[in-house]
Amino acid sequence: MKKILSTLIGMAMAIGAMGSAFAGDMINGAGATFPYPLYSAWAFAYEKETGIKLNYQSIGSGGGVRQVASRTVDFGASDDALKPEDIEKDKLLQWPQVIGGEVLAINIPGIKSEEMILDGETVGKIYLGVIKKWNDPAIKALNPNLNLSDQDITVVHRSDGSGTTAVFTHYLDEASPEWKSKVGSGKSVNWPVGIGAKGNEGVANYVKRLKNSIGYVEFVYAKQNHLAYTLLKNPAGNIVKPSLESFAEAGASGDYNPSKHFYTWITNTKGANAWPITAATNILVAKEKVDGNKRVVKFFDWTFSSASDAKAKELVYAPLSEALKKKVREYWKANGLY
Amino acid sequence: MPRLSKRNPIDIAFSSITAIASISVILFIAGIFYVLITRSSLSIQRFGIIKFLISTDWDPVRESFGAATAIFGTVVTTTLSLMIAIPVAIGIAIFVTEVAPNFLKGPIGMAIELLAAIPSIIYGMWGLFTISPIMGNYIEPALQNSIGKLPLVGMLFQGTPMGIDLLTASIILSIMIIPFTASISRDSFNLTPAVVKESAYALGATKWEVVKDVVIPYSKLGVFGGIILSLGRALGETMAVAFVLGNNHRITTSLFDAAATITVTLANEFTEADTDIYLSSLFNLALVLFILSFITLAAAKLILLKSEKRHSR
Repeated sequence: MKKILSTLIGMAMAIGAMGSAFAGDMINGAGATFPYPLYSAWAFAYEKETGIKLNYQSIGSGGGVRQVASRTVDFGASDDALKPEDIEKDKLLQWPQVIGGEVLAINIPGIKSEEMILDGETVGKIYLGVIKKWNDPAIKALNPNLNLSDQDITVVHRSDGSGTTAVFTHYLDEASPEWKSKVGSGKSVNWPVGIGAKGNEGVANYVKRLKNSIGYVEFVYAKQNHLAYTLLKNPAGNIVKPSLESFAEAGASGDYNPSKHFYTWITNTKGANAWPITAATNILVAKEKVDGNKRVVKFFDWTFSSASDAKAKELVYAPLSEALKKKVREYWKANGLY
Repeated sequence: MPRLSKRNPIDIAFSSITAIASISVILFIAGIFYVLITRSSLSIQRFGIIKFLISTDWDPVRESFGAATAIFGTVVTTTLSLMIAIPVAIGIAIFVTEVAPNFLKGPIGMAIELLAAIPSIIYGMWGLFTISPIMGNYIEPALQNSIGKLPLVGMLFQGTPMGIDLLTASIILSIMIIPFTASISRDSFNLTPAVVKESAYALGATKWEVVKDVVIPYSKLGVFGGIILSLGRALGETMAVAFVLGNNHRITTSLFDAAATITVTLANEFTEADTDIYLSSLFNLALVLFILSFITLAAAKLILLKSEKRHSR
């Protein structure tokens, strides 16, 4: 009996020691689902290199912001940047981490990927229910060479609150005044038409199944599900296709200002070949936790390396431009974290 | 035996542990109720109780919230699923107790109980990937081309059938609740004394007449109890319907339209509710569901008690 007891105590102590060792070498984060695959890939490589474990829970952007504001995690991640006044109010720091783009996935018999051209105003009208059929004059004018049939458009949107929706509706806000006055932008909005699907994978699944449908998804989901997607006309008037290059150009032409905690939107940027529906996903940390933040920054500095960039590209995320990385590093330095 | 329990400390410990366990249930309910009320107070103050209940607005951008659309979806899916589930479940129970040969009773009973053990998320995934395409491609167009052409009733089957709608959600929900009604009905059918049934047979009654005039009247209380259990489950079910209902805040006349229930709204929007009033309105919705289920179950219990009294007389 004594023997068992002493082994038990020994084991408990060993576990306790392990636990405390882990606590020291562990970074806890929570937030956006969109960058989750990348963060976990980075975390895996980082742990192999340094032994420091990164635990990232993809609970959604809103949850990430709440958790970091209540100081329960080391960092939060949010797809939509917080306004400077909110950052100041909650005493946070914020920087962009990686850039992603959204595409309009379509399922129209006979039309292949990158064949159809749309612009913001037309997409807005489709999502408002003003344009109801695929052979509408507005779509025809953009696609004189396509054979468009007299079919009803089935509009698919997200049913759950999501940063993806925030970016997409912000894009429509800028491109269509009618959208702005009737619907507006946010993580969930009051959709005038269409059916709702849960998650990017839900939207992809609906578009795949429903003929003559259109839906907005993160680029990687359109690729994974082999969905056809459209080209878009950007504010510079050029017809662009979604790619890491066009996402990166949107990021590079964004108005990133460290004094505003990098708050900006990179939808509809001025870049000549920039994809118009892009967003940077952001990292948030609590300002006063300097020691903890230094470890967080060390990890994210490591993710700015070229090897990490390659990993990001492999998973279809566009890394920040070198100029922007430099700005972020200066921002860290200015706040005593680097 | 109070004297005995005084002498025996184990007895005292035992009775107090059971008492604490039972009282804590009440405390938990009161605690949940308290949290729901405090967290939704902002929304109650802003919109008022009545206005929140009857407003069909659900617009997070303009911060205008009302529960009517979600209540509508909850009531429609629950009612429809009960309408589908009850006859099927009672049929199953009759088959198992009265009709089936003995060697079939065990396997079928087991299958029903297994159905109840499937986690609801699996129903959700199965609904999204299997049932919803079948509904959208075959069943709903067929319905539309047959009864959809009738006047008045046809109104229920308008619009493009896509399989993401009230009808699909109700069907999945009904499959989920069938086992509850079926297994409880079966158990109460089994309680019918064999003597009573045999007397009826001796009087020349057919099997149908025995079921209709002896078994069902004898066990209607138990059946009713099973239905209530299913009702409770259907009211609160989330994951099974979250995937196939679309979460559209609209009151519709067609069963082929997407809608939202209270639980689906909560599941879809809770994580990304970014403003205080939005979060508070979601808590307010939860409060509405809490009260709704409470009233329904209390009313059912009351009916049960009343008929029990009448029965015993």
